[in-house]
Amino acid sequence: MSTSKEIKFSNEALELVAKMISRYPEGKQKSALLPVLHLAQAEFDGWLSPEVMDYVAELLSIQPIEVYEVASFYSMFNLKPVGKCLLEVCRTSSCWLRGANEIVEHIEKKLGIKEGETTPDGMFTLKTVECLGSCGTAPMMMCGAQFHENLTFQKVDSILDQLKSEGKRKTYLDDVTVNHY
Amino acid sequence: MGKKLLLANDHIPGIQSYQVYRQHGGYASVEKALKTMKPEEVLEEVKKSGLRGRGGAGFPTGMKWSFLAKPEGVPRYLVCNADESEPGTFKDRYLMSRIPHILVEGMITSSYALGAHTSYIYIRGEYYYVAQILEKAISEAYANGWLGKNIQGSGYDLDLYVQVGGGAYICGEETALLESLEGKRGNPRIKPPFPAIAGLYGCPTVVNNVETISAVVPIVNGGGDAYAAIGVGKSTGTKLISASGHINKPGVYEIEMGITVEDFIYSDEYCGGIINGKKLKAVVAGGSSVPVLPADLIITTAAGEKRLMTYESLADGGFATGTMLGSGGFIVMDEDTSIVENLHTFARFYHHESCGQCSPCREGTGWMEKIIHKILDGHGTLEDVDLLWEIQKKIEGNTICPLGDAAAWPVASAIRHFRAEFEEYVKNSSQIKKIRHYDLINH
Ligand SMILES: Cc1cc2nc3c(=O)[nH]c(=O)nc-3n(C[C@H](O)[C@H](O)[C@H](O)COP(=O)(O)O)c2cc1C
Ligand code: SF4
Ligand code: FES
Repeated sequence: MSTSKEIKFSNEALELVAKMISRYPEGKQKSALLPVLHLAQAEFDGWLSPEVMDYVAELLSIQPIEVYEVASFYSMFNLKPVGKCLLEVCRTSSCWLRGANEIVEHIEKKLGIKEGETTPDGMFTLKTVECLGSCGTAPMMMCGAQFHENLTFQKVDSILDQLKSEGKRKTYLDDVTVNHY
Repeated sequence: MGKKLLLANDHIPGIQSYQVYRQHGGYASVEKALKTMKPEEVLEEVKKSGLRGRGGAGFPTGMKWSFLAKPEGVPRYLVCNADESEPGTFKDRYLMSRIPHILVEGMITSSYALGAHTSYIYIRGEYYYVAQILEKAISEAYANGWLGKNIQGSGYDLDLYVQVGGGAYICGEETALLESLEGKRGNPRIKPPFPAIAGLYGCPTVVNNVETISAVVPIVNGGGDAYAAIGVGKSTGTKLISASGHINKPGVYEIEMGITVEDFIYSDEYCGGIINGKKLKAVVAGGSSVPVLPADLIITTAAGEKRLMTYESLADGGFATGTMLGSGGFIVMDEDTSIVENLHTFARFYHHESCGQCSPCREGTGWMEKIIHKILDGHGTLEDVDLLWEIQKKIEGNTICPLGDAAAWPVASAIRHFRAEFEEYVKNSSQIKKIRHYDLINH
């Protein structure tokens, strides 16, 4: 699936890109690659298509392969389409000790999908991830930039209901504005 | 109550903001350093403090700083390691989100000591919201003349930036972090050269953990000697401990080094004991990479002495009967915990996070995960346990970066102290409860 809309950042995003690049010495604009990829993912439906990655390469004046190899290395970059809300449930030790497996199973049942799958309406994708630095408030999951901690089945239910009623795409950059830079 | 240096003002409402932070003595270390001290004098205080790196390895910070090369006309960099991805560790997130200005202040004072004029905080991508808190704190610092040109009229210039990662534990390893900061895959570099000689963009660079840099603030304010007066022996000062697992009060605690492990687990000031009044089975004391110890060995050393929360005491007995303070990620397991199943979560983690450059790590971590999965699933043999032991031994010490060792040690220690439990899974396979079959790997 490739996006039909023209691949071009919004003006606000372009302004952010310029600020990101300005943080590094002359000629080291490649350093801005990770932040720019996050921005691209937020701008273009939550994932990085080859066309989007080519666009990023052009913006940073680097080769497309330099973008592909980076995008495929880091787990936060999605190389395939994902639902509007990517639920990332931590499954590592501290969360496992406090019931992460049961939380995953509960979400699977509630949404009628398995880990790694997306609901037919394109609303949710369920993913398990490694420790997110929230071990003292386990079990936990992340959706967009937000940490949901001390999860119980009840809490999960109300979070999912809330997300569904909002119906919005959640990204890691939610609440990031050009003013912060 | 123990003395607090980093979290002393944690309870103050609004301490996240510049104004409140400043009202409570914030930025005093920058004033003191820039107006009354030469960079070498700041370094001298850090040396005197005995501060050791809080990122996991415990290397003396003053010594690390003194290794920094200073060739004429070449920029130097200070990079803060805020990648914090070691399972069980969440102290840096706590500190940065609660008191962001202490890190900004520490970055300014430390950059001055090192002669850096551009510094970066590299933070894991999943902490995007924390990065925003830092961005805000940094812009407040700029607005009040603590960053930028001619800071507080001292003639010293510094720019400070935040960079976000993309989700990769390996980028906590300092050379992988620098690669990532340069916009590349996080493949650790072969050392030497060390970052102190050739780091970011090939320039001399110091990489320090969030807590290490923040600790420079009280060290400069109170003097290195006062800092060194806290603690025991070579474990000076206070340490942030991330406590999780089966305890009544999980959370981040700032401890004076030297309190007993027993006190830390059972006293109401800290973890408050095991949940539901259960018995303690085992502890991973310093993040997923350090050896797991059974209850008796974590409470007292093999020689029968009370174990203390210090680098030396936790390491007493070597790997045969001891462990490490590491990053201070303290994971507690109660009597009903399956050590093998917990180990599986670690093995899966290291397999997932191996960067794939060296074959012992790339192949070995996957192999270990699969064998542990097989044992848990009721198809294991006694030979599998021996094989697991052999594999971890062949990874340890044979890789480019310490992730290989970090993957080997949890496996070795689990077999060393809990071999009977592995054998139980093999012998009583009919009684095994259904385990959850995650994808063997989902990169
Ligand atoms: C696989 C691996 C992951 C690491 N992760 C971190 C980390 O997340 N944060 C950190 O401060 N140090 C981490 N370290 C240690 C760093 O390489 C480095 O020693 C540390 O940042 C130095 O800072 P310090 O001297 O202040 O501790 C890691 C090391 C390895 C081998
Ligand atoms: S030990 Fe593992 S993580 Fe480290 S460089 Fe080798 S393959 Fe990469
Ligand atoms: S183990 Fe789940 S957040 Fe750390």
